[in-house]
Amino acid sequence: MVRRYLAALVAIALACLVPAVAAALGKPDLITLGTQIAIYAIAAAGLDLLIGYTGLSSFGHAAFFGLGGYTVGIMAFHAAGEKMFGVIPGLTEAWLVWPLAIAVSALAALAIGALSLRTTGVSFIMITLAFAEMFFFLFVSLKTYGGDDGLGFRRRNGIPGISPRDDVAFYYVCLTALVLVLALLHRVVHSRFGRVLQGMRQNPRRMEAIGLATYRYKLTAFTIAGGVAGLAGALHANLLRFVSPDMLHWTMSGDFMIMVVLGGAGTLIGPVIGAAAMVLLQSWLAQWTEHWMIVMGPILVFVVLFARRGILGLFR
Amino acid sequence: MTITRRAAIAAAATLAAPSIVRAQGAAVKIGMITTLSGPGGYLGADIRDAFQLAADTGMFGATKVELVIEDDGLKPAQAKQIANRMLKSDGIKLFTGIVFSNILEAVAPDVLEEGAVYVSPNAGPSSLAGKNCHRNYFVISWQNDSLHESAGENATRLGYKRMYLLAPNYPAGKDAITGFKRFFKGEIVGEAYTKLDQTDYAPEMAQIRAANPDAVFQFHPGGLGIAFLRQYQQAGLVGKIPMVLAAPSLDATTLGAVGEIATGMDVTSHWNSDFDNAANKRFVAGFTERFKRMPTYYASQGYDTALAIAAALKSANPGNAEAFRTAMLKADFASVRGAFKFGANQHPVQDWYGLRVEKGADGKLALVTKGKVLTNHGDAYAAQCKL
Amino acid sequence: MTLLAEQVLNGLQFGVMLFLLAAGLTLVFGIMGLINLAHASLYMIGAFAAAWVQGRTGSFVLALLAGLAAAAATGVAIEVAVLRRLYARDHMDQVLATFGMILFFNEAMAMLFGRQPLMAAVPGWLGGSVEFIPGVPYPVYRLAIIVVGMAVAALLYGLIGHTRVGMLIRAGATHREMVRALGVDIGLLSTGIFGLGAALAGLAGAMTGPLLSVQVGMGDRILITTFVVIVVGGIGSVRGALAGALLVGMVDTLTRAFLPGLLKSVMVATEADAIGAGLSSMAVFILMAVVLLVRPRGLFPAHG
Repeated sequence: MVRRYLAALVAIALACLVPAVAAALGKPDLITLGTQIAIYAIAAAGLDLLIGYTGLSSFGHAAFFGLGGYTVGIMAFHAAGEKMFGVIPGLTEAWLVWPLAIAVSALAALAIGALSLRTTGVSFIMITLAFAEMFFFLFVSLKTYGGDDGLGFRRRNGIPGISPRDDVAFYYVCLTALVLVLALLHRVVHSRFGRVLQGMRQNPRRMEAIGLATYRYKLTAFTIAGGVAGLAGALHANLLRFVSPDMLHWTMSGDFMIMVVLGGAGTLIGPVIGAAAMVLLQSWLAQWTEHWMIVMGPILVFVVLFARRGILGLFR
Repeated sequence: MTITRRAAIAAAATLAAPSIVRAQGAAVKIGMITTLSGPGGYLGADIRDAFQLAADTGMFGATKVELVIEDDGLKPAQAKQIANRMLKSDGIKLFTGIVFSNILEAVAPDVLEEGAVYVSPNAGPSSLAGKNCHRNYFVISWQNDSLHESAGENATRLGYKRMYLLAPNYPAGKDAITGFKRFFKGEIVGEAYTKLDQTDYAPEMAQIRAANPDAVFQFHPGGLGIAFLRQYQQAGLVGKIPMVLAAPSLDATTLGAVGEIATGMDVTSHWNSDFDNAANKRFVAGFTERFKRMPTYYASQGYDTALAIAAALKSANPGNAEAFRTAMLKADFASVRGAFKFGANQHPVQDWYGLRVEKGADGKLALVTKGKVLTNHGDAYAAQCKL
Repeated sequence: MTLLAEQVLNGLQFGVMLFLLAAGLTLVFGIMGLINLAHASLYMIGAFAAAWVQGRTGSFVLALLAGLAAAAATGVAIEVAVLRRLYARDHMDQVLATFGMILFFNEAMAMLFGRQPLMAAVPGWLGGSVEFIPGVPYPVYRLAIIVVGMAVAALLYGLIGHTRVGMLIRAGATHREMVRALGVDIGLLSTGIFGLGAALAGLAGAMTGPLLSVQVGMGDRILITTFVVIVVGGIGSVRGALAGALLVGMVDTLTRAFLPGLLKSVMVATEADAIGAGLSSMAVFILMAVVLLVRPRGLFPAHG
């Protein structure tokens, strides 16, 4: 156990060094890459609570990611212009907007989950996909918020004491968020609640037989994962100062699933490794060849066939 | 349908400078962010190829330039990251290449905030033409609305009274319909918005037939346009209800893919391959010989962008944005479309022509210039721009 | 009224197209328990092969056969090489691996044929239109698609309902282990079913070519709709796939055609157009969500 905590501390320390390394190499864009990894890792870790621990294959996780992002975008839009519906003022302060984004996504997850969890297996995969697609088309047709073109805003959300233009500071903000989310999820999966979730994944009938309301447990997990994705979406919107329906597209849901499975589902640290592997692999392959997908595709197939427990599984 | 659809071309074309080497020595880096993959990929490829052609045929004279090309995959987030890397890690001060308005709207603020210059070879969204215009932002192609305003004017001139309008349900599609209406004098008997990723237009065909208009105006660029025209013919509407189009819906590439169907259709454009001026003849001959295909108007804009940048680079470096701006504003180059000048918002003021699809002397279908539709046409937003 | 008749025909034609895609997907899904995203690639490969052969030979019949054969061959190849190892796996693994295949095939097609859309023409003998409903000239080619699709549905019905292979397929869908225990070569059966599904996807691709534009990624768009079809119809059931395909085809076409008009009677025209277009995009997903909530196993679930 002590070794685990030590390893985690070393990993955090290494992650803290990224800006210094980037500066030394004269490649400041590495900081953006690192920020991107941290943000995707947050969303993927949340999804892992469903895929890896609860056995729920949600194919609509991008909906919550996008909702979190759009909460930031829309609040910034109204802060710069008219009030929403003429009454609700916009917001730009991170300590107000980010919790709002988490709340919006968690509420949406609660509603979608309440309906979707009545199904199981493949039907569950498809119904979560259906809800995500509905949100996708909703934002495509909302002309006020840019429709398909997306919505840009000028400034990142304000955090007292931090310049909104400072990329290094924003990297540390995202890294802190990632560490906090992982700590939270760690506590969740090691609580009684978490053990019930894992029990349901392994043997749902037994859990029902001993009198547990599995539906409520699943719904709670689904809502937590949705809220976590909302936070990731809010950070992503801040990174780019831009939101677009791309964030809610089904390929984005697919990406999150890939990150979880690629890194190793059911491990929490796996999705972080998966997110890093995917962002870095794509970045390097794309600089190497225009036809990077012809390499990326087979890599995914090989991972599934030969690295059954993801990248993390290779080291165990 | 990719993970983040980012395909980069590392190929940087460096020009060997002729005898005179400038005092500064280092090449001017030009960042070209464009769309090379996916269905819209051929648009970016045409812009890139034409720009490259201009560079390789000595249009930059003694100036050394290095072109850094990357594919945005038609993803705004992707494009922003590329721009960010080019600005911060590569120190690039001069950008061009973006095909689609939504990408440009995402990238332009980042580029301009860093004090770099952007020269647009294609997209000209209204949001950057009016009160948000910028000193370092130039458009060589057109303001988006002009494409459709000229089509509206053309429809009026062709004597159509009742029109049916179609465009995809996204901001550029809605702008197309607004632009068309601004200059069309007759009655609109129907309007339809198609889905952005729709390729089957059978329901729309039936609605058109039921409305029975004098003519149809539709805006479906690239592959969408091919599918639309083909189905228009299959529905038996070709030859019954004429079509008025703006340049993006029928370019040289789509014409090649639809063939005979397009015969007799009316298109408006600011450039055509048959324009009779020396610069254009050199461009069309050079492009056809090197790439074995007819240049589209996207290519002409890529070429003009290269010429405009080359002319400005003669007397200024983008490192000094103000000096570079003054040099750009002179527009001291021989455009392939003939006359070219910048308006108050640094968008073009130019002539628009009516073209028609006809069989040429060689039996091949081609767009043939018929006459001028609009003269010295600027845009509706220039008045709001204070520079 | 004639307009409604024509739109119903359009819905029928779209539905038939969806059925060709859904039939193979639902069999593979139901019998082997595999979610195969790469079905989209098989459709694309069929379209490309057909367009290429048609460009070379000018023969539409040869083109159809080529599309069918290319998709079937590719399907069998990926089944033998990769997919059969995934039957017993988690759905998550299947999605990941077949997603990887889509990336591979998309890029491979782009390298082979370029990114410009390919030309595929309607053959002369299927060109033009007929007026079999007075006042509605309907394209012969679209009618031909409806006929072919219906014929395929009838053939599948005969195959599954009235042959020994069909019996095995039905049995395999519900009692896979039992069929194996009876000494049936499940591996061969699976490959055969997969090849059949791939061939149907290829046929759909080849027939779509002259209608839409043949380009990289063309299958990705219709893939999701196809999944909606099989989930609505009931996974593993060919009858369900047919019903689901026709239902989804109708809902999609009719909402697209008439929703904006209906909305216009209650709100401002420009708003109605935009909202109508947005709502009709969502229509099939709303349909799926409602069906799943009312009947979680779809309209016509496979027995078992």
